[in-house]
Amino acid sequence: MIRIENLSKHFGEVCAVNNISLDIARGEIVGLLGPNGAGKTTTLRMMTGYLLPTSGTIRIKEYSMDTETCAGKNVIGYLPEAAPLYHNMLVYDYLDYVASLRGKRKEERMPRLRELADLCGLHGIMHKTIGELSRGLKQRVGLAHAMMSNPEILVLDEPTAGLDPNQIVEIREIIRRIGREKTVVLSTHILSEAEATCDRIVIIHRGSIVADDRTETLKKSLGGGQRVSLALRNACAREVIELLQSLEGVHQVDEGDSGDDLLVFTVSARSSDDIRERIYRGIRTTDWVLVEMHQESKPLESIFRELTREA
Amino acid sequence: MQAIRIFKKEFRDYFVSPIAYIVISLFLLVMGWFFFAPFFLYGQATLRSFFSLLPIVFSFIVPAVTMRLFSEELSVGSYEILLTMPVSSRDVILGKFLAACAFVSAMLIPTLAYPATVALIGDLDWGPVIGGYGGALLLGGAYAAIGMCASSLTRNQIIAFIVATVICFTLALIDKLLFFFPPAILGVIEYLGADYHFQNVARGIIDSRDIIYFAGVIFIGLAGTDMILEEKR
Repeated sequence: MIRIENLSKHFGEVCAVNNISLDIARGEIVGLLGPNGAGKTTTLRMMTGYLLPTSGTIRIKEYSMDTETCAGKNVIGYLPEAAPLYHNMLVYDYLDYVASLRGKRKEERMPRLRELADLCGLHGIMHKTIGELSRGLKQRVGLAHAMMSNPEILVLDEPTAGLDPNQIVEIREIIRRIGREKTVVLSTHILSEAEATCDRIVIIHRGSIVADDRTETLKKSLGGGQRVSLALRNACAREVIELLQSLEGVHQVDEGDSGDDLLVFTVSARSSDDIRERIYRGIRTTDWVLVEMHQESKPLESIFRELTREA
Repeated sequence: MQAIRIFKKEFRDYFVSPIAYIVISLFLLVMGWFFFAPFFLYGQATLRSFFSLLPIVFSFIVPAVTMRLFSEELSVGSYEILLTMPVSSRDVILGKFLAACAFVSAMLIPTLAYPATVALIGDLDWGPVIGGYGGALLLGGAYAAIGMCASSLTRNQIIAFIVATVICFTLALIDKLLFFFPPAILGVIEYLGADYHFQNVARGIIDSRDIIYFAGVIFIGLAGTDMILEEKR
């Protein structure tokens, strides 16, 4: 559906996007993840035809964005970050204008605007000035704008930035609903969001792709060794570490913040196999009291931090 | 087709905001005062003083009309949204330029009361009047193209206004400052002056050189805008 090959973008001396290649299939919800300034927005802007790449090619469906720009733009609905809409226009006028630019005939516009008002919850605000709307409402108008021509591809730049928790849930709900039948590309720097909404995650750092996989696989493969945290009573730290180290599959044992008579440890495994059983059996041979044991799956957060740490 | 849709929206935008009415009032006030104050002293049924004033007044008024065209879009970021819809930057430029020209024409319409008044009290020669209004449209178009070019340079409307005013003002006055220049280039300098060409047209003489001059300025302004906007992509 979207094929990006060796895409680069330079702003003068600064290289914002460096040789990115990406293939997005129909129906995928892809999250571009990266710290601020990683090149997510630049990539999306090139994808949607706003910026021209310094080198590389973008194909949207069968159209090359280089030569068949308008055909490509017709297939894409785009919501830029913070929905920069004309703030002196009424919501209705604005959407009507978008409909006309999207090539809708006069008699088609009204029904389409009604549908969008239903979809994005705009009924009460159609006759308000865009500038007076709250951030969340503006975002919804932006979403209606992006959905105007019922595009096959929806590109959303930071769709939930600056929204309150309720609005975030609402927008995610809408995205997921839309994502059932459309290809969605969204960018975010909030990991839980990517985890919650996307099938596939592409991590971008300093203009390059550092990871690109299905959300589940990414969590598993980069999650690497499991971590188990333990709390023990009636034990001596040195002995515990000795015992745990001797267990098969244990990579490292760290002592945590132990308080009073409670000792806390974090055990990391060498591979992804389960070491909880061995720990339990090991501890059973002693007279220590096991107060707590739970598994910490390495969250996407730490994968992200590892991949995008500043060198 | 897209250019016409953009034109419609931009033209409507002018009248939605109060700026349009302020600019029109200001224009009519200034022109009305400077035209009618000495009018009865001369005792001549002519609009010459009206048209001789126009290049100077336009070099303040037209940049005020065009300053928001791109600066606002760039500072709000709506240009991004506009350009990701199926429109090309040429459609946008053409649409906005036509809207500015239409606004300048709308601004001139109330001034038709002047020749009507003058014709009532005296014997008015309509040739120069028609030429003058034709010239005013050409002049307005040329200034609008310059103003739009300045507007595409910056996100700040004030800067856009000042840059455009300086250029327009220079073009309006340059043929009055001929004694500063060496004789060898006098002809060139005079040809650059917008006022010189405008007064030719306003005399009711249609000369291809004057038409080419205004068409040239419009073309350079629009092409410059296109280049500046492409550079930003």
